[in-house]
Amino acid sequence: MKKRSFFSEFYLILLTVLMYLPIIIVMIYSFNENKLSSVWSGLSLRWYEDLFRDRDIAAALLNSLILGVLSSLAAAVIGTLGAIGTLRTGFRGKGVMEYIATLPMMTPEIILGMLFLAFFSLLGLPFGMMTLVISHTAFCIPYVFMQVKARLAGMDKSYEEAARDLGARPFRVFFDITFPLIFPGILSGILLSFAMSFDDVIISVFVTGANVNTLPILIYTRLKTGLTPKINALCTLMFLATLFLVLLSSVIGRVGNHKKRKEPTP
Amino acid sequence: MKNRKRSGGNAAFLAPLYLFTVVFLIGPFVYMIVLSFLTRAESWGVVNEFTFSNYTKILKPLYLSTFSRSLKLALLVTFLIALTGYPFGYYMAKLPPKRRARLLMLVMIPFYTSSLMRMYGWIIIFRANGVLDKLLLALHVIERPLKLLYTYPAVVVGMVYALLPFMMLSVYSSVEKMDWSLVEAARDMGASPTKAFFTVTFPLTMPGLMTGVILSFIPSMGLFFVADILGGNKIVLVGNVIQEQLMKVHDWPFAAALSVVLMLMMTVMIWLYRKITGSSEMEGMI
Repeated sequence: MKKRSFFSEFYLILLTVLMYLPIIIVMIYSFNENKLSSVWSGLSLRWYEDLFRDRDIAAALLNSLILGVLSSLAAAVIGTLGAIGTLRTGFRGKGVMEYIATLPMMTPEIILGMLFLAFFSLLGLPFGMMTLVISHTAFCIPYVFMQVKARLAGMDKSYEEAARDLGARPFRVFFDITFPLIFPGILSGILLSFAMSFDDVIISVFVTGANVNTLPILIYTRLKTGLTPKINALCTLMFLATLFLVLLSSVIGRVGNHKKRKEPTP
Repeated sequence: MKNRKRSGGNAAFLAPLYLFTVVFLIGPFVYMIVLSFLTRAESWGVVNEFTFSNYTKILKPLYLSTFSRSLKLALLVTFLIALTGYPFGYYMAKLPPKRRARLLMLVMIPFYTSSLMRMYGWIIIFRANGVLDKLLLALHVIERPLKLLYTYPAVVVGMVYALLPFMMLSVYSSVEKMDWSLVEAARDMGASPTKAFFTVTFPLTMPGLMTGVILSFIPSMGLFFVADILGGNKIVLVGNVIQEQLMKVHDWPFAAALSVVLMLMMTVMIWLYRKITGSSEMEGMI
């Protein structure tokens, strides 16, 4: 028994270390003074300085931020309302709709990219920020939807019923009762959506216009042409941003769950 | 009666989701299927002429070999992911709650980290005279640099690495909610730990394993940028063909036909999953 638990400890640690190895290596080499990643010539912050002077990167960052905010907020509204509607109505065929709405989660990104590219050009939409926002919203909705649905499923229905019995109209019930209770779920859904949108490359490559670069697209193009440690520096900062978002989302989720456990059960 | 009125009020909540889903998901999916039966125009765009030629084109040796190469790679990648990811998810679920939550967090972070950054790390490791070559040379394991970058093994490692978290998380979630008293019962009846695992635990965690397989198999045929970045231009997968047909050759109907075939394969796998596990929910999707 002891031997086995030693093996499992070892295995868990080994795989976790391997999972972080490439990330850590990218981060270490962002401080390499030398331009070549095969030569280490000392610590330096020059690539970070370089990074902040690069106007293309600044423009791409701004685009990525706008895109992330717009699509995660749109996904939050659509996904939250959808989750409430799905759990609180006995509408026929909602199982099918739910399946289709969460399909982007399972569909390979390349197919989503192809779908949107073909469809947007059929509609004659100009490729750029608008097409990016629509497609990112589509793949972010399932994340919000699942988070909020899970929260609603664990929620006590009697609060809503009490409000209704006291004469509150559906929208009043929503804003006074339902919304505050599911808010942590919505917030962590938004943060995860933002992280997904901020890192997406495949779908963005297909649906962006010639003049709109996002950070991942810019990194992809530069990785294919010439490698400079500036990309390491950029990746390092992006990683720290993602790390912050995921941790924040988990803290919010935990605070919410904690509260839920403390609620008195009827 | 009262209930009906309530659900009427709530039905309005569904409107945005349904509208968005119909216009921006069902619409594109239907158009993709239609597009795959249309004819490519001489120079640019498509002509509304019905044809099967996009599908028969897939049967050409050039594309058929791409498909079989992708399938082989996907099988290998999925097998390696199951082999390494299953024990990880299993052991993780058996940790004490506090450590489990911490490890779950550690798995989620790379999952949400830019896949480009993670591939970039492998470039630095695999390139000629890179981190791996230097390490192995210093340890006298090899005598000259391996130069693994732009080779088949590099692509395999990259794919496994990119998709592994899906398997870890889905296996974890099905082991976590498993009823351990069944294993205890088997042990009490005299089954060895190995036998108890294969007759009780393994079948019960099948949904998690199958979800992991579905979530790694199809994407590993589509992740064109992994083959691009770690394989140079030497390893061409279905994903690379789709991307090339869309962005360079501009033969959209053919790209649509390839996507439809991939979608069909995915649908068959999900159907099999439901048939085998008897459940409609995928394991641990979040």
